[in-house]
Amino acid sequence: MAKFTITVNGKKKTVDVDGDTPLLWALRDSLGLTGTKYGCGEGICGACVVHINKKAERSCSISIKDVEGKSITTIEGLAENPNHPIFKTWIDLEVSQCGYCQPGQIMTLAALLNEKKKPSKKEIEETMNGVLCRCGTYHRIHKAVDKLVEEN
Amino acid sequence: MKKQSRREFIKVVSLSGGGLVLAAFIPAESIFAKPGEEPKIFSPNAFLKIDSNGVVTIIVHRSEMGQGVQTSLPMLVAEELEVDWTQIKIEQADADRKYGSQTTGGSTSIRRNYEPLRAAGAAAREMLIAAAAAKWKVQPADCKAENGFVINKLNGKKIGYGKLADDASKLPVPQNVKLKEPKDFKIIGKKIHRLDTPDKIYGKAKFGIDIVIPGMYYAAVKRPPVFGGMVKNFDASKTKLLNGVKEAVKISSGVAVIANSTWAAFKGKEELLVDWDNGLYANFSSEKIKSKMIEKLNGTGEEIRKEGNPELPITNNAQFLEATFEVPFLAHAPMEPMNCVANVKDGKAELWVATQNPQAAQRDIARQLGLKEENVTIHVTLLGGGFGRRLQTDFAVEAAEISKAAGVPVKLTWSREDDIKHGFYRPPSMHKLNGAIDSDGNLIKFEHHVSAPSIFSQRAGRKIEPKEYDIAEAAWPLEYKIPNIKLSGSLVDTHVPLGYWRAVYQTQNPFAVESFIDELAYLAKKDPFEFRRTMLTEDSRLRKVLELAAEKSDWYKKLEAGKGRGIALSEGFGSFCAQVAEVSIKSQNEFKIDRFICAIDCGIVINPDTVEAQIEGAIAFALSAALKGEITIKNGGVAESNFDDYPILTFEEMPKVEVYIAQNSFPVGGVGEVGMAACPPALCNAIFAAAGKRIRKLPVKLN
Ligand code: FES
Ligand code: FES
Repeated sequence: MAKFTITVNGKKKTVDVDGDTPLLWALRDSLGLTGTKYGCGEGICGACVVHINKKAERSCSISIKDVEGKSITTIEGLAENPNHPIFKTWIDLEVSQCGYCQPGQIMTLAALLNEKKKPSKKEIEETMNGVLCRCGTYHRIHKAVDKLVEEN
Repeated sequence: MKKQSRREFIKVVSLSGGGLVLAAFIPAESIFAKPGEEPKIFSPNAFLKIDSNGVVTIIVHRSEMGQGVQTSLPMLVAEELEVDWTQIKIEQADADRKYGSQTTGGSTSIRRNYEPLRAAGAAAREMLIAAAAAKWKVQPADCKAENGFVINKLNGKKIGYGKLADDASKLPVPQNVKLKEPKDFKIIGKKIHRLDTPDKIYGKAKFGIDIVIPGMYYAAVKRPPVFGGMVKNFDASKTKLLNGVKEAVKISSGVAVIANSTWAAFKGKEELLVDWDNGLYANFSSEKIKSKMIEKLNGTGEEIRKEGNPELPITNNAQFLEATFEVPFLAHAPMEPMNCVANVKDGKAELWVATQNPQAAQRDIARQLGLKEENVTIHVTLLGGGFGRRLQTDFAVEAAEISKAAGVPVKLTWSREDDIKHGFYRPPSMHKLNGAIDSDGNLIKFEHHVSAPSIFSQRAGRKIEPKEYDIAEAAWPLEYKIPNIKLSGSLVDTHVPLGYWRAVYQTQNPFAVESFIDELAYLAKKDPFEFRRTMLTEDSRLRKVLELAAEKSDWYKKLEAGKGRGIALSEGFGSFCAQVAEVSIKSQNEFKIDRFICAIDCGIVINPDTVEAQIEGAIAFALSAALKGEITIKNGGVAESNFDDYPILTFEEMPKVEVYIAQNSFPVGGVGEVGMAACPPALCNAIFAAAGKRIRKLPVKLN
């Protein structure tokens, strides 16, 4: 075990874990930030997406030792502003069903819209294809993305 | 055989499409508690409490798995209680028999609770009115309830429910209170925002996997590679060398590693050396099960139901058609893998479970641990999807066993690989269909023989009678007026654990039936929509949704070359559904689904937005299966392991979905599952219309 210091949602945090521990489990088990979800552990489903230095990354596939000193935002961090347009649109269109994949959907989209105000249809598809939803909320995510891009 | 809990209370009912109907109901005596038990909190029954500050808490006794019951069930209570919707709070109920059945399955949450929950709200309302009337010394008839207040109609004075709660709690609970007429509904039927959404999108909502209790360790379980296998010996010496690993213990389903983090438990599991007794089934494969299904399909099967004289030879220039359909095993794969937090101590067990079946969990854990049921507390968390997988209690029993063996509270987390490999699978099935069209183009004979493993028989552990054949659910050709029909079935044994999977057999039989009806329409040289329509009576609800879907899809509007439309119908869970799919062929092997139009008649609607969401979700779930879903049995176990080899639909593949809800006042129908059945046949019929190729086997392969 070793100590690693990361910045999470603007605050410096130290965790004492093995260096190969995926960031996902450090966030969830060591820091109690359970908004970031485990879905596959293999980088396939996107349930675990967080922002690392503003980019969407899969926290199940990055070790804690590789994010030392980096700035991480989780869904809890994004939700410090509940008026974020994504949240408002998500509520408006009632996108969520079971809700389990939603933090990953939202974090993925937030990073995309941060990088590009008006991403193309192709860019949206390529990005959002990486986040799976078993409840099938895709149809509404689609509508929500269209609305957000239009208003951006 | 993997340990299974039984759903004894599930009875298989009418094969003409009633679905799996829970026999449970809520007896009046169980919802109405003795008055005056809690003087400061007015709680006339198990489903609501009003404290002296006027806070109204509605208790939700069914599990929230995305289908919206934490909103729709409170809507029922609130409607009759006459309370300001924005002021209510909800509480998820623990397992307790006082609620009647808490099993969240079979699309029953609204259907079974529509009246009891309204009655619960109405009884409370009448007691609050009676308390106010007594205070004002007027007749209850001179008062009315509105928005959380009782109002004196004579002078306009009003008192809040909170101030009446104490007095009301001392009054007798009225029986048989008259419920509102649907035309007077203020909440039911309105698009109400879900109460669970904000916490879920802010990352605050607690699913089972998010629960943390003091002193908790983390656990993972290594299970046998062959269903029915057992641990002979294990060696945990390498596991124990890992940082954070506490110990490894044997439990009924395998070997559990207990550690101070999920990651350490997962790694510890990898390092375990287990010597398995593979049992009897190490040579079993999907092919073997398939050859058994084919063998039975070539026989006559057991007759289940018959109309007319299907055996009589038909001569007068009739045209005949025979076709065989096939679907594979499927896994549920909800996004939240199985997990459970358990604390077993001093002859008591307390568990936090994302379960569709809290009372069964309570019973099974009590049995397994030798505890009294009242000493097993089950807290129900949010469910990151259920789809039937969480009707099983295996993972909760595992967690309880681990906590007991290790003597500490634990959180058991299954990996995705565990989930795909150790599920309860939607059985495969094969279907042989025969039809005859007379010289006028009428369908005069329809025979369906289904061959499949039976969930019911596997659970009951006995042979079942043809009238009990769950495998034939929704296998009858709907309400079509066909003079000669025969339905037969053949049961096939399998060692693979079977489970209820969203809509179960209604994802299998209707694929065969509605695809074949389409084939027969073409044989009769009739339009597939017209062919169906003329076989349904004018007042049929099925015919109305069929017409609605056809109208909304512009059925008769010509599509460009390479595009096609397909239509299919389904009935089940008290509801009726028609779907039209539109596809474009892109190349030899590729096609795109452009849109789905769905018309649904589910009787009285509680929350129309949730109905739409359930249909959109069902179409996505059904398309995942139709396009990609296949679990393969190899060497007695499941070959697939994660979303790479058991893929599901992606964002880009999701078609546009339009949902049209029939407006009527028929009894409330279920909506969670009815959207599943018509989707695959509508899709495959559209593929035929576009490409001229019949798809008789799922998942779809164009070539
Ligand atoms: S859990 Fe990280 S991508 Fe699935
Ligand atoms: S909302 Fe349930 S998995 Fe996406």
